[in-house]
Amino acid sequence: MGPSFTPVSSLIGGLLIGLSAAALLLGQGRIAGITGIVDGALRPRAGELGWRLSFLAGLVGAGLVLVRLWPRAFPTSLSASPWLLVVAGLLVGFGTRLGNGCTSGHGVCGIGRTSKRSLVATMSFMAAGMATVFVLHHLVGAK
Amino acid sequence: MTTTTKVLRQLWPAACGVLFGVGLALSGMTQPSKIIGFLDVAGHWDPSLAFVMAGAVSVYFFANRIARRRARPLFAPAFSALPQSRIDARLIVGAVLFGVGWGLSGFCPGPVLVSGGAGATAALWFVPAMLVGMLLYHRFDARRSGPSGDG
Repeated sequence: MGPSFTPVSSLIGGLLIGLSAAALLLGQGRIAGITGIVDGALRPRAGELGWRLSFLAGLVGAGLVLVRLWPRAFPTSLSASPWLLVVAGLLVGFGTRLGNGCTSGHGVCGIGRTSKRSLVATMSFMAAGMATVFVLHHLVGAK
Repeated sequence: MTTTTKVLRQLWPAACGVLFGVGLALSGMTQPSKIIGFLDVAGHWDPSLAFVMAGAVSVYFFANRIARRRARPLFAPAFSALPQSRIDARLIVGAVLFGVGWGLSGFCPGPVLVSGGAGATAALWFVPAMLVGMLLYHRFDARRSGPSGDG
């Protein structure tokens, strides 16, 4: 097990994420899938833009404030080279639309409402992520 | 509608966004090293991400049960339609492409937006590419109508 294992803060953070998704469902009637919210803001339908921008402003704003209070929560170096980050971003954007969700939409909200579809999606992206990390960090050795 | 309700209605999604962002930062998920650590099952495996999901899923499970018994949400006219339940090639291929990008970068869409707000350079490379990826998808598949689905 890695030296950076943080069960308590990760569990508490997870509870807050769940609480946020719960509040968005019970208040707004919407699913807190980040890529779904972003996508709907990129191509807005009538009456669908306001709450999305409001949510995203809160999300991005949280980073803006938190980095001043707790800079260690954020990456200070590049996790990969810029071109690799661009390729990764393209894959994440394209893939989450083709598969209709990401870690939050499928992994939290989908599994939370016991959707078999979301469970399959989550197992698929986790397996693909693990395979990618294995190739990148153990076979290619690019760390 | 009272003024308080109107104000709440505007601020509610923003408050949800802030809470989501704080939860992500506290959970460690804004650090790509924590994501890579979870995916690196052959190395120094860091199971923290499983704890994040366990916490989030358990709260949402009960919220979803409450929502099903209510006619409408507090601040909007209706609940969104339940996402589709079909398990098909699109779902799997999409999830796999996402997983590869996730493993390459250590970024999920939520955390990378929070890190973008924090001004992290890596996020400033990743986020525009992610938006382009979404737009490319819609160009590639113009048959589908509008954003839908699980999120």
